[in-house]
Parts: sequence; structure tokens; C-alpha cells
Amino acid sequence: MSSLSTTVEDTWVLARRNLLRIPRQPDLLIAYTIQPVMFVLLFVYVFGGAIQTPGFDYVDFLMPGIIVQSIAFGGFVTALGLSEDVKKGLIDRFRSLPMSRSAVLTARTSSDVLLNVLSLLVLFAVGFLAGFNFIDATAGEIALGLVLVLFLGYAFSWIFALIGLYSSSPETANSIGFTLIFPLTFASSVFVPAESMPDGLRQFAEANPFTTISDAVRSLWLDTPPHTDVWMAFVWCAVLTAIFAPLAVARYRKVAAH
Amino acid sequence: MTDDAIVVEGLEKSYGSVRALRGVDFAARTGSVLGLLGPNGAGKTTAVRILTTLLEADAGTARVAGLDVKRDAAALRARIGLAGQYAAVDENLTGLENLEMVGRLYHLGRDMSRGRAHELLESFDLTGAARRPAKTYSGGMRRRLDLAAALVARPPVLFLDEPTTGLDPRSRLGMWETIEDRVAGGATVLLTTQYLDEADRLADRIVVVDHGRVIAEGTSDELKAQIGGDRLDVKLVDAGDAEAAISSLAEMCLDRATADGPIVHAPLRPRHGVIPEAVRKLDAAGIEIDDISLHRPTLDDVFIALTGHAADEEVPEGEQEKEPAAA
Repeated sequence: MSSLSTTVEDTWVLARRNLLRIPRQPDLLIAYTIQPVMFVLLFVYVFGGAIQTPGFDYVDFLMPGIIVQSIAFGGFVTALGLSEDVKKGLIDRFRSLPMSRSAVLTARTSSDVLLNVLSLLVLFAVGFLAGFNFIDATAGEIALGLVLVLFLGYAFSWIFALIGLYSSSPETANSIGFTLIFPLTFASSVFVPAESMPDGLRQFAEANPFTTISDAVRSLWLDTPPHTDVWMAFVWCAVLTAIFAPLAVARYRKVAAH
Repeated sequence: MTDDAIVVEGLEKSYGSVRALRGVDFAARTGSVLGLLGPNGAGKTTAVRILTTLLEADAGTARVAGLDVKRDAAALRARIGLAGQYAAVDENLTGLENLEMVGRLYHLGRDMSRGRAHELLESFDLTGAARRPAKTYSGGMRRRLDLAAALVARPPVLFLDEPTTGLDPRSRLGMWETIEDRVAGGATVLLTTQYLDEADRLADRIVVVDHGRVIAEGTSDELKAQIGGDRLDVKLVDAGDAEAAISSLAEMCLDRATADGPIVHAPLRPRHGVIPEAVRKLDAAGIEIDDISLHRPTLDDVFIALTGHAADEEVPEGEQEKEPAAA
């Protein structure tokens, strides 16, 4: 069997495994549904009144950002799942089988895409209920924004794969994810406009890929001025994938059960 | 050496400054069970990881089923099965789904994977639990499922890394019978264990490792013979007969027998039929005996004699057997 068709078949078998477990682990379902909903409600109704977004309703400004943040973190289940597989010895079993050497990871990252689609449905439902509207967006622009967001989620799945493979336990993966990556989303235009931040933080936020990507999604969905480069957002996602996918695969080949 | 399914020569592996293997050699004949015996940290698991292509050795060579573990790693993976001390099953999948998944990853195809899964669930007495998630299984059931997963592709060489650690005695016995069945079916098994009775029962040959080296090798009987043969213990009715008993048994003994009150300990020359002979001799000398027994050295005696310490018998925490939920 050629190595490509082996990889595709093995990826399918393992992706099925990843998806089968979702309805059997209700806590994961909560991460995909309740958590983003909480964020939307928290920001729209608790903080929203105090945040100025000139020219927009805050909910319109917020939804693209919160979608970017939630989907970036959608891959978190990959970090948890992989660190658990390492800890329990399943990675040893997979590595001793005559299967593709990257399928465990490609299966994780591709099942994340499906789970992120589920998250998007929930987020849009809550967003529309809270008053979100697309502004002067064509169907093509809406679709391109969705593709961008899912691509971002895919890139972050590889980052989380690497974190999962380096963590000795799901708890460690959890704390690495939340102490390193979570603050990055706050020091960006995900929740508030970067222009409103003090010097230093503002420059950091403007260079932050979360800003680039949130603003790109806003320009597509809210028709904001085109100073934000949509193509640059795609470049960011491609670069992150190109860096972290090979690192994760290399780590997978070496990782030992603890 | 084509009769050997596993051949290991000069294997070395260090983790930083810790030398896990310091030049290890051993071989397992096709269709036999080789027991790798040693305390925790002796290097057993490192050896298994190298032989199953999970880890590369720093030096030395290893061939399994005629294939080099490093150069032919990809081809070798189709010919081995691994069951480890972790019971590596996906707890969120059912027993059936676990085995089907492993079959698919061996590229057996969907139908054959499913057929094989049902067959193995049946022979491992898991049919009733086939459609329950593995997280509801008892420790013994998980181990059986793990071993079943190692057998999905009928690999000619099996690696079992401490397959019974943490199991209750009844589950251990069941596991032993299962392993014996597979060997009867022609598989070669490398079994690591820190349980001497397990090696004694299952292994055709035993390699004793300690601190990354092979310190003894042979059949269970050969290892026991290395530290001395059998010993006859005679309990006399009258402790005053001890000297007379020692001299009448003298020609059967390797060394002079010793007396401990009414009990005479006689280190025997290797031979058969010692009890009737001893009884005849003592009878002829008019010495009345209360009891007589033959003491064979255990592998525990061997281990202590070889290493100066007992094999570690402690059971890792969190591995206690649970009663299975209603099947």
C-alpha cells in the first residue's frame, strides 16, 4: 500500500475514534458548546456596556473576535487527548503498529476541524440571539471568513498537538495552553480595538496574529476599512501550520510513555 | 541461527547518565517463551521498547522474526504484537471498537478486522462486554483486551511487558493460561516480569537482568541447579538419632548434612528417587522418622543468590483490581 493511501486510511480510522469519544465524554462537549456561549454572554452583557467600539454595536465587533478565539482554542482537545494517549501508553501501541507515522496527529487535527464546525454553529446561534449581524457582507465574504477561521483552528491544532506531546499529563497541557496562549488573545483586538490600548501593549497587539486574523474576519463580515490584510491572515495560518506540523510529527516519533 | 525469533547482541542504551542497558545479549527460539526477569529499573522495559521499534539502541544489534529492528522497522511492525504494563486500550471505545481499530491499523481491512475482533472477544471471554466502553472494565478485563489487541494480526512474535503486574491472583492465572494457549499455537513470546513464579511457570528459558546486564541465563531448572540442588528435610521422632541419621544419609549427600534439633537437612546429589532411598536407609538403621520432605530451590532463592537482593514484588499504586460491573 502506498504511503499516502495508508496515511489517509489510518487518519480516517483514528479520526473516527476521536469523534466517537466526544458524545461519551460530556465534559468535552461542554468545552465545545457552553464555554464559548459563556464568553459571548459575559462580554456582550457584562463588559460590553463599558467598551467603546466607534461605529459598531459591540456585539458586532465582538463576535468575529470571540469566534477567532474559540476556534483557535478548539484544538485544545488535541492537546488533552494526546497527553492522555501518551500517559496511558496508547501512543506506544500506535507506534508499534505498521501504520502511518503521522496519522495519529493528522487524525487529531482533522477531527478538530469537524468539532470546530460544531462550535461555529453554536457560536453563530448565540451571536444572532445576542443581536449580531453581518454588515454589507457578500456570501463569498462570509464563506471566506469561515474558511479563514477554520484554517486558524487547524493551525492551532498543530500547536496544541506539540503541547500535548510535551506534557506529562492532561493537567500540564491545560496549564501550558492557558498560561502561554490565552493571554495572547487578550493582548490583541479580539475583545477590544487595539487603538484603545496604551503604548507598548498597542504595538504588541498590532503585531499579534490574533489581531491580524480578527481584523481580517471583521473586514470580511463587517465591511471594516481594508487596512487589514485578509491575505496576511491566511499567511499567518499557513506559517503556523508549516512550523508546528513538522515539529509535532518529529516529537511524536520520539515520545515515550511516562 | 534461523531458529531464533529474537536475537539480541551487545545492546546498549543510556538515558543521559543513566545506563539502562550495558551490553545485553540473549536469544529466544522460535515457538518458545523467553522470560526476562529482573527488578524494577533493571532494563527490561528498555529492551522491549528497542525490540518493538519504539526506541533506538545506542549500540548493538537486535533481530526479530529475521528483521533488523532499526533497518527493517517498518516491516517488522507488521509481525509483532505488544501488550504492555499500561493496558493500552482506549477507555472511551468499546472492547469491539478497540479491537476493530487495531485491526484496521494493521491494515487487515474492515471485514477481517471486525471478524477478528469478534473472534478474540469470544476467546478472551469478553463477548458480554463487547459493546461497553472499556472504562467500565475491571483491571483484569482491560489486560485481556490489551493482550487481545496485541494478537489481532496473529503476529509470530509477541512482547508482553509485565502482563500481570497489578492483577489479582485469579486474573493472573487466567492470563497465564491465555499466554500458554498462544504459545501452543506457535507464537514466540518475550515476557518481562518481576514475578519469579510467573517466569517459572511460563518461560522455557529465563534471562535474569540486573542493572542493565544479563547476570544469569538458562532454564528454570538450570538456574536453580546453579545455586545448589535439592535438599532433603527429615524430621526425626527422637532428636538423639540425629548423628546416626546424618551418617546413614552421608553417601546421598553433596555435603555433610546438618541437624537442627530433630530436623536433619541433607543437601542432595542430583538423582531421582531420593525419598524412598532415604527412607530405606533410615529404616535399616532403625531410625524412626516423623516426616520427610524434598525442598527444591525457588527462583526467589536464585534471585537472591545472584543479585544479593530480592526481586521487587511491590505492586504499583492505582492498579488494584476492581470487580467487573454487571456484564
